[in-house]
Amino acid sequence: MFYIHCPYCGEHREEEEFHPKGQAHIERPKDPEACSDEEWGDYLFFRDNPRGVHHELWVHAVGCRKFFNVTRHTVTYEILETYKMGEQPRITAESLASQQTQGNVQVASGGQQTVGATNAAAPSVKGEQV
Amino acid sequence: MSNAATFDTRTDGAIPVESSLAYSYHRSGTPRVGPQSRVILRERALLGHLILRGGAIVLDEAVREVLGLGLPGQPQGLVVDASGERSVQWLSPDEWLVIVPGGEEFELETRLRERLADAHYAISDVSGGQTLLELSGEAARELLMKSAIYDVHPSHFPVGKGVTTVFAKATAIIRRPSEERWELVIRRSFADYLYRWLLDAGAEYAIGVEK
Repeated sequence: MFYIHCPYCGEHREEEEFHPKGQAHIERPKDPEACSDEEWGDYLFFRDNPRGVHHELWVHAVGCRKFFNVTRHTVTYEILETYKMGEQPRITAESLASQQTQGNVQVASGGQQTVGATNAAAPSVKGEQV
Repeated sequence: MSNAATFDTRTDGAIPVESSLAYSYHRSGTPRVGPQSRVILRERALLGHLILRGGAIVLDEAVREVLGLGLPGQPQGLVVDASGERSVQWLSPDEWLVIVPGGEEFELETRLRERLADAHYAISDVSGGQTLLELSGEAARELLMKSAIYDVHPSHFPVGKGVTTVFAKATAIIRRPSEERWELVIRRSFADYLYRWLLDAGAEYAIGVEK
C-alpha cells in the first residue's frame, strides 16, 4: 500500500484515494499535420517501460481531484518524489546514476556508508519539496 | 452581472421537499438517544450547498464581502462563522464548498454573481445532491476510525479541518467544525447506504438518531 504525498493537498494520503494514469510528461506534437505516421503512433500508443526510475501521472481521484506527477522506482516500488503538473522532476534516472558514480561511495538510507554500492539507495525526499 | 442562467431551485409553491434520509428513517428506523448513547447522529437536512470555483484571490474578496467569511487560507481548511451556520471549506486549489442555512443559497449565489461580474469563476448549487450529517458524542471519533481510511486523531485532525476521503468505500467529506462535533457531507445517492452503515457501526456505542 502506498502512502502518497499529494502536492496540492500538501499531505500524505492512502493509495485508495488515488488512480495511476500512466506515463507522465508526454507532449502532444506541436504540429500533428507535419508528423509522420510513426511519430504520431509513438505519441498515441507507445510508452516507456523502464526497469528503475519512472515518471508517472497520478490523479487524487477521491480528494482534490488534481493530476500530479510521481517519480517511482519500478523495481523497489519506492516513491522518490511527487510534484505538481508543469514542474520538472528533481530526481531522474540520470541524476541517480551520476550520484552513484561520484567516488562510488553511497550513503544508504539507514545512514551507513556503503562503499562501492552498485544498487544506489535513492534519497527519499517524498513530500519534502516546497 | 454575468449572463449565466440561474434559477431558484426552492420554489414557493407547495411542492413537498424531504430529506435524503426520509426513506431510510422509514425503512431502517431511528434508534433513540438514550443515556447509554455514546454517539449521536443528526442530519442537517436541506441546507444550501454551493460549489465555488475560480481564483482564490478573486473569490476570497467576493466571499468576504458578501458572506462576511474569508476563504480558508490552507488546504483542507474549514472556516465557520460565529453562529456555526455558515461555512466555507477548501476542496481543491481552485474549489470551495460553501454551506449556508437552507433557503439562503440562491440569494448568496445571485449576490456573488453580481459581485464577481466578469471574473473567471463558476458557482454551482449542489444542495440537492448532498446532505450533511452531524456526529457528536464521546465515541464519534471511534466510529470514524472504524469507517474511514483517514487519520482522525486530534493531532492530525484539528478543529477547522475538512477532508474529502473514502468513508466506508464511499466518497465523503469529513469535517471538524468544533471540538465535540464532526460532520459528514455525503452524496444523497449514498445517503441510505451510509445511514445504514452508521447505524451498524454505531450499534456498539448505542448510537442514537436525533430528528
